[in-house]
Amino acid sequence: MVELILFWVFALLAVGGAFGVVVHPNPAKSALLLVLTFFALAGEYVLLMAHFIAIVHVAVYAGAIMVLFLFVIMLLNVPEETRTSRLWGIMRYAGFSLAIILFAEIGYFGFKGFQTAYVQETDLGTVERIGQALFSKYVLPFEIASILLLVAMLGALYLSKRKLEIVGDGKAAPAGKKAEEVLVEE
Amino acid sequence: MQAVPINHFLILAAILFGLGVVGVVSRRNAIIIFMSIELMLNAVNLTFISFSNYLNDIEGQIFVFMVMVVAAAEVAVGLAIIVAIFRLRETVHVDDIKLLKW
Amino acid sequence: MSLELLTILINALKVVVVISLVLVTVMILTLMERKISGWIQNRYGPNRVGWGGILQPVADGVKFFTKEDVIPGHVDRFLYFMAPAIALVPALMTFAIVPFGDQMNFFLFGHEITLQFQLVDLNVGILYFVSIASLGVYGLIVGGFGSNNKYSMLGGLRSSAQMISYEIPMGLAIIAVVMLSGSLRLNDVVMEQAGLWNVVRQPLGFIIFVVAAFAETNRLPFDLPEAEQELVGGYHTEYSSMKFSSFMIAEYSNLITSSALITTLYFGGWQVPGLELLSLPIWLEQVLQILAFLVKTAFFIFLYMWVRWTFPRFRYDQLMNLGWKSMLPLALLNIVLTGAWIAYF
Repeated sequence: MVELILFWVFALLAVGGAFGVVVHPNPAKSALLLVLTFFALAGEYVLLMAHFIAIVHVAVYAGAIMVLFLFVIMLLNVPEETRTSRLWGIMRYAGFSLAIILFAEIGYFGFKGFQTAYVQETDLGTVERIGQALFSKYVLPFEIASILLLVAMLGALYLSKRKLEIVGDGKAAPAGKKAEEVLVEE
Repeated sequence: MQAVPINHFLILAAILFGLGVVGVVSRRNAIIIFMSIELMLNAVNLTFISFSNYLNDIEGQIFVFMVMVVAAAEVAVGLAIIVAIFRLRETVHVDDIKLLKW
Repeated sequence: MSLELLTILINALKVVVVISLVLVTVMILTLMERKISGWIQNRYGPNRVGWGGILQPVADGVKFFTKEDVIPGHVDRFLYFMAPAIALVPALMTFAIVPFGDQMNFFLFGHEITLQFQLVDLNVGILYFVSIASLGVYGLIVGGFGSNNKYSMLGGLRSSAQMISYEIPMGLAIIAVVMLSGSLRLNDVVMEQAGLWNVVRQPLGFIIFVVAAFAETNRLPFDLPEAEQELVGGYHTEYSSMKFSSFMIAEYSNLITSSALITTLYFGGWQVPGLELLSLPIWLEQVLQILAFLVKTAFFIFLYMWVRWTFPRFRYDQLMNLGWKSMLPLALLNIVLTGAWIAYF
């Protein structure tokens, strides 16, 4: 019973936050609402007995990715979105109907087989189990993932370095610029 | 004590994914489009973990781990691109940057 | 009384005791900081309220509650009101995993009860700290953004960059500790240090962790987000009365938590070397262990204040260079060295 109540609380928070992300005109508030959604999702992961994933999710998404988003939003001082495009009305209806169709389809298949299946008590989500799987059977994907991160880091560094030369005159970047360049690298 | 049915999680994931699609289709701000993509990735993660629990198989969680790695890489590169575009064009509005060259 | 009810009551009591312990310590720390700064700068510090200034925190508290709560007209009201709460909650949450002492068995109403001196013994333990501590930055960002003021905004920007850079060396330093203990549970980490404290085996990791902890708590020499001389008050420029004091409470709670974690990870937690040789009664031993933990933590809190009045503030590019060009490679080196240590011994 407690689980069901918690599920509904987290689900409402997640859906409300996600709806806010999509409709809020202010990018900074959108980002903060997305943080709320990620929190609620971490709660759902805990309910699904995936403790390690839940905590890593908070650390990666809420702790790093969204801070980076907020940093860029504050740095660029992105203005509130003004809906000047004449396509906005059409696009909004297209988007909503597409989403509803998608949801109906996925929801239908979701309902079909899993009405009687319940969350099981397992130790699948513990650090020990995940670690054993990652470092034995899945060690190759794990290493490839690290190469992917390295490539992304180099790419981000290259992108920000090149633009710095265009903006400046090829000399060393000023202090503020340097900080940002380092951040993007992360 | 009554546990939560798996299909609750699946439907929640479907709703979140749908909202992410709405964001990508309807918003014009590159950063918010990006955030909607993150939302969709998370909806997929929730589905993976639900199935991992249902099948009592760890592969779903390993896959979520990989999705997180890809998301982190994507954010680093994507935000670098957005900052680079902003420096050149002073905008993050995707309608203003639809030309392939300038 | 049934066992379940008793367990719930004991857990509720533990939560109340720990939270009030943290908040009372925060009160004491405000006085301690001013007294220590006075001592270091060869002046008296607050000495008018009570005996030698001992009631100064109470006077401050009354003042914070009764001051006018100024809300500037240009702020984003929702974010402005949320920010102090967002800063305070993660600061208090992190304390949940700190182990104060060994577990204790006793009989109450005919039930045998095992009392853990720790709010929750999480399987993911130290990861919980890393992820919740990284959320503290939201209070600063939201406060800086919601204040709609350029100084606050700069403070928020700086704090986000600083936190994200120093989380990485901190996490890598923790990884080396976890490699030695083979478990993420903080209780196991403490148990594993029974013979030799981690500070002996991990001197480099200890230094990295302490420096990163200073940066994460926004204390001098890394208090760039609120640097008074350049940013007025940084992210809390526009805050007054109790909202301002919420930010202060959050800062001091972070300080207490990171001191407790330095103790737990590197200074043996509640372990006292050679205590078992004295063959004391078991309850006395446990009380001494808890006291040892508190004394060690108090020492690190003092270290924080000592450093604050000893070192000048870093410049922003120096901060970034230190984080990315020195601490990150050193932390990686530390992991390699720890791996070699484990392989050969």
